[in-house]
Amino acid sequence: MPPVHRSVVYDWLRHDKKFPHVWCPGCGLGILLGSLLRSLVESGLDKNQVVLVSGIGCSGRLPVYVDVNSVHTTHGRALTFATGIKLAKPELKVITVMGDGDATAIGGNHLIHAARRNLDITAIIVNNQTYGMTGGQYSPTTPLGAKATTAPYGHREPSFDISALSATAGASFVARSTVYHVTQLDQLLGQAIAKPGFGVVEVLSPCHTNFGRQNRLGSQVDMMKEFKRKGMRVERWRELPEGKRAESIPLGVLVDRDLPVFGQSYDRICDAASRRGEAGK
Amino acid sequence: MAKPRAQLLQGNEAIALGALAAGCNFFAGYPITPASEITERMSREMPARGYPFIQMEDEIASIGCCIGGSLAGKKVMTATSGPGFSLMQENLGYACIAEVPLVVVNVMRGGPSTGLPTNVAQGDVQQARWGTHGDHPAIVLCPATVAQCYELTITAFNWAERFRTPVVLLSDEVVAHMREKVVLPEPHEIEVIDRRQPTVPPDWYVPYKTDGSLIPQLANLGEGYRYHVTGLVHDERGFPTRRADEVEPFYNRLFGKISRHFADLERVKAYQLDDAEMVIIAYGCTARAAAAAVRIGRERGLKVGMLQLMSIWPFPRRPVEEALTGKRLALVPELNMGQISREVKRVNDGRTQVLRHGKMDGSMITPDEILGRLREAK
Repeated sequence: MPPVHRSVVYDWLRHDKKFPHVWCPGCGLGILLGSLLRSLVESGLDKNQVVLVSGIGCSGRLPVYVDVNSVHTTHGRALTFATGIKLAKPELKVITVMGDGDATAIGGNHLIHAARRNLDITAIIVNNQTYGMTGGQYSPTTPLGAKATTAPYGHREPSFDISALSATAGASFVARSTVYHVTQLDQLLGQAIAKPGFGVVEVLSPCHTNFGRQNRLGSQVDMMKEFKRKGMRVERWRELPEGKRAESIPLGVLVDRDLPVFGQSYDRICDAASRRGEAGK
Repeated sequence: MAKPRAQLLQGNEAIALGALAAGCNFFAGYPITPASEITERMSREMPARGYPFIQMEDEIASIGCCIGGSLAGKKVMTATSGPGFSLMQENLGYACIAEVPLVVVNVMRGGPSTGLPTNVAQGDVQQARWGTHGDHPAIVLCPATVAQCYELTITAFNWAERFRTPVVLLSDEVVAHMREKVVLPEPHEIEVIDRRQPTVPPDWYVPYKTDGSLIPQLANLGEGYRYHVTGLVHDERGFPTRRADEVEPFYNRLFGKISRHFADLERVKAYQLDDAEMVIIAYGCTARAAAAAVRIGRERGLKVGMLQLMSIWPFPRRPVEEALTGKRLALVPELNMGQISREVKRVNDGRTQVLRHGKMDGSMITPDEILGRLREAK
């Protein structure tokens, strides 16, 4: 992918919104925002045709900075609003931005059903393994044993694998990357946006303020280095012996398959229903 | 011209047909007795017209989906009963603060919790007003007949579109499942109101800047007016704000857009009130028993009349005051322990004797019970 010129990205930011943004210095969400803007520009979409929908949390604040149609919804419900928007106006490109708690705890039900339904929506799930905005409580992706403000003695629950969950639930496209692997992230977001059906991109992002500090993971830079050290292309990761796999994080396109897309199958039902209605007259 | 045909219709069916007559072109719901017939009917009607219908994974998703559809320009409705209505409360507040037109039908059954499925009750009257958190205005309509189910569903859509706010249609199990003969109006006899759209070009557009009506002209998504929709308190441009000088005017406008049009939002029906010495104030299925009590009471020489409340929130203060004035006695029968009688007493302010008649055994209040209460009080 050729580099997108900075001024083009600048054009997609909302300049009547008061910057600076709400995120902590060093947060990965700014990197994701840049990556998303480059992917949108690269996809050749018209700003008026893009709807960014978010839930609640640090990630929920992302759409307000982008000069598209933006909807900041309630906690966990971004996919339900997105479903309504897509059903109402199938010609729009609907992209949701959610956090790990947003998408897999309070909104977990909506995530699996959106994947099962396979409506043409792109879901970006920013996984920082904690509830950052509320102060570092444990989320469904907090690793076993990690500390959180609600797990002062260490977390006692196993965690979700967001990508595996989305794939099992029926998403057409599932990919994972990190805010360290920006070039890959740009490409994966672009692929997810272009893919018909439900596409999930899990983006690993550091929360050094509320997760890293409690777990003595060092600075934001140290956490980024950890992504660099652990991240591995999924093709290579699959060749590793079973026992070695847990040490690395597989990145790249995990699932890419052609499944029936909800909107198209619903159109066929409408045709059949209206024909039956005419026949009945 | 062909004579209008009478039909035998169920209350829930009439709501579905009323919605279609009002221009409903988007429905999302989740099964629950005694509201499922609405969702089932819509699952037949919507695809035949090429409109979206979807059964979501729960009621939270249903209302979320409806809000999304409405933001994109559709006229949306969802239907549920008590447990589902409780689940919808957070997003009902979202529709209120983000000013999204939306019709929610709540067919009341016995509660709280799973309660008394699916016997009739009127226990959600205050929840419909105060269910979502934070202070907010609310519009709630309450039908008592199948014909009113049809008529008030159209009113609910018109008000949701006009005021850009959620409107709750509060039906109950008896009205929902009852079948009555109705003659539906011809399409040209029905007034349909659609939301106003911006008239300025996108460059000049300030989404939440309003004229004297205080109602914003929010553009449908994807039509060239890019703006931000949020459940946070926002400034005129739609961006989150915590500045007191922007927060206070925001709330004033949110309440003002309803209170300024208060007189348009009163729907009541007076029944033999002119010479009445006693008045029954009733709503929903209880108004049917009250109407029968008035008929029987009159035959027995009781000077009794009835005021049916078809709009219950904002509480129709003026017509209730008028109905109470000069009466010896007012009786408020309802299938709860006094949710509306408290409002009537508040409006009455001690001038007339107001009695409540609450019943919570899963059955309707009968005309005999009402007449018995009136005789006791005499």
